[in-house]
Amino acid sequence: MTFEELEQIAESTRAEYAKYDHEINVCMGTGCLSQHSDQLKDALAKAVADQGKNVFVRRTGCMGLCAAGPLVLVDPEEILYQHCKADNAETIAASLGGEPVAELQCNLREHFDQQVHVVLENSGHIDPEKIDDYIARDGYQALLTALSDMTPNGVIRQITESGLRGRGGGGYPTGLKWGTVAKAQGDIKYIICNGDEGDPGAFMDRSVLESDPQRVIEGMSIAAYAVGASKGYVYVRAEYPLAVARLTNCLRDARRRGLLGNNICNTPFNFDVEIRLGAGAFVCGEETALIASIEGKRGTPKPRPPYPAVSGLWGKPTLINNVETFANIAPIIRKGGKWFAGMGSERSKGTKVFALTGKITNTGLVEVPMGIKLRDIIEGIGGGVPDGHTFKAVQTGGPSGGCLPAELLDIGVSYDALVKVGAMMGSGGMIVMDDTSCMVNVARFFIEFCMTESCGKCIPCRAGTAQMHTLLTRICNGSGTMADLDLLVDLCSTVKETSLCGLGQTAPNPVLSTLKYFKHEYIDHIVHKRCPAGVCDIQAPAANAATSEVLA
Amino acid sequence: MRKNGFARHALIETLHTVQSSFGYLDDDSIRFVARSLRVPLSQAYGVVTFYHHFSLKPPGKHTMTICTGTACYIKGTDKLVAAAEKRLGIPQGQTTKDGKISLMTARCVGACGRAPVILVDGELHGQMPSEQMLEQLERWAVE
Repeated sequence: MTFEELEQIAESTRAEYAKYDHEINVCMGTGCLSQHSDQLKDALAKAVADQGKNVFVRRTGCMGLCAAGPLVLVDPEEILYQHCKADNAETIAASLGGEPVAELQCNLREHFDQQVHVVLENSGHIDPEKIDDYIARDGYQALLTALSDMTPNGVIRQITESGLRGRGGGGYPTGLKWGTVAKAQGDIKYIICNGDEGDPGAFMDRSVLESDPQRVIEGMSIAAYAVGASKGYVYVRAEYPLAVARLTNCLRDARRRGLLGNNICNTPFNFDVEIRLGAGAFVCGEETALIASIEGKRGTPKPRPPYPAVSGLWGKPTLINNVETFANIAPIIRKGGKWFAGMGSERSKGTKVFALTGKITNTGLVEVPMGIKLRDIIEGIGGGVPDGHTFKAVQTGGPSGGCLPAELLDIGVSYDALVKVGAMMGSGGMIVMDDTSCMVNVARFFIEFCMTESCGKCIPCRAGTAQMHTLLTRICNGSGTMADLDLLVDLCSTVKETSLCGLGQTAPNPVLSTLKYFKHEYIDHIVHKRCPAGVCDIQAPAANAATSEVLA
Repeated sequence: MRKNGFARHALIETLHTVQSSFGYLDDDSIRFVARSLRVPLSQAYGVVTFYHHFSLKPPGKHTMTICTGTACYIKGTDKLVAAAEKRLGIPQGQTTKDGKISLMTARCVGACGRAPVILVDGELHGQMPSEQMLEQLERWAVE
């Protein structure tokens, strides 16, 4: 594959689509598929054929606004229809070239105008199972540029200059990580793409893998070239069957086009990717546990150092990055590190994809520049809390993150700002809660999650989370005392400081942040024996004495 | 196994294949996999029990999986779970005595935009009111 060939494929694909008067894009991500958007697509194809219109009906990935699905986007007019059913196909087909169908039209300018799409630039515009669609939108240009015009060090320099930080949650500078792996001694090196999106309430990685899998593979190939690796693994959760299917398909196409395999683009560079399935363990999102899982072992973390960059998969230097990080690579190489660094805040560059869920009007996927205010995301893009309820808290970062109250909505979203207030960026789940959620109950839910997901290797996490759960259960059902609360705070700091891996170290975060901002709710449960949100079932204290002892 | 060249590290992949063919992993199949891949039985068994995805018990004829991820929890799946448990008379993770229905919970299937979500025999349904779920269970029960 050369530049000319790539350009030729892109040209002919564009010319093919230019023949049509209109293009109808039907969202076929998991969210819309669950509402039978596949039937909708067939109905649309049939309707336009019956009416003799020159229209192309395309299957695409996620368009972001899952709350209003199934979504249909008509190009080139850029009309977005929401809540489309197969019955509406005739009407939509008939309206092409004339006035749009008013009752189905989705007018959410505010939702889309504040977003900047880098990672999601192709989502909703290309068919995820056609490599030519991706190439027609500048796909694989970055890989070819890197292979033909740049040295591996030059690639790393661009990434460093862009200021990109790991999108999996930790926020480690990507350029620095690549540099470490590139410098590491070893004949064989590995690239791992972490798609084990265990955070409940987050679905960015799923969406990217379902909507634009080629972008992730291109990012991995560029990374492999930069650090000198020849073998890559994508670790995906088994809970995402659609993502796995599309990824498998995409790997086959890339091999067929000579973009994976030996002597890619007539250079000495060899690289191939394999898929590894997760099996439902949250802790496998931790890099050392993930490596153990790829090796076919129980996913238990190891103490670091040595970091995977020095000794990772089978003891070889391994570069491990999140799906979203790899998805950012191609645009950075294509448009330059400076362009990327021009977006975002001072220490967090670029954009971030968030999954907005919970009690919010426009649930779905959004991509915003770093540094945007939380309020703009929740009230502007998200459309606020529905049904006349009032906003209580937003939870970021999954079970390791924290709950932030309304007073903190004016902070800018960046890695450092969120850590400062006791939450974290995490992989980008954002769950909004209103006045019907009890914060003590929510904290208990997260601790229960961490308790069941703890791998059991180190004591603070295994026993600590179980004891925290007992204490919180006691507070929730009204038999807690103020001494329990002190004990809980004590336990939190022990677990935080002595656990082996990220899971344990961050497990107390939801408790600490709710204690910091919503202490009055704890006091209400303990002293006044009532739950302000009416969630917890507070019974007579004596009945629960038996549950107080738990062996770890 | 052949696809992965009988490599030891393909243990999890192999178990996935076995489970998708038979629905669960019994003693014989774990022993067979361990022997074929030359991994200690203890390691194979350890892996099977470590990951939630693998099941040692045969599933019921139908499976109702309720997502208990955070977004679904905020939207009230705890009530869905309680309603289903009450209807079937079994705790989550078990199968009814007649082997008809298994009640499972999952940690986030990634369709949080449509919370609360349930999987009816693997097919995803979003924004599920508890009546509709109970109707489905009712239909299965009389089958």
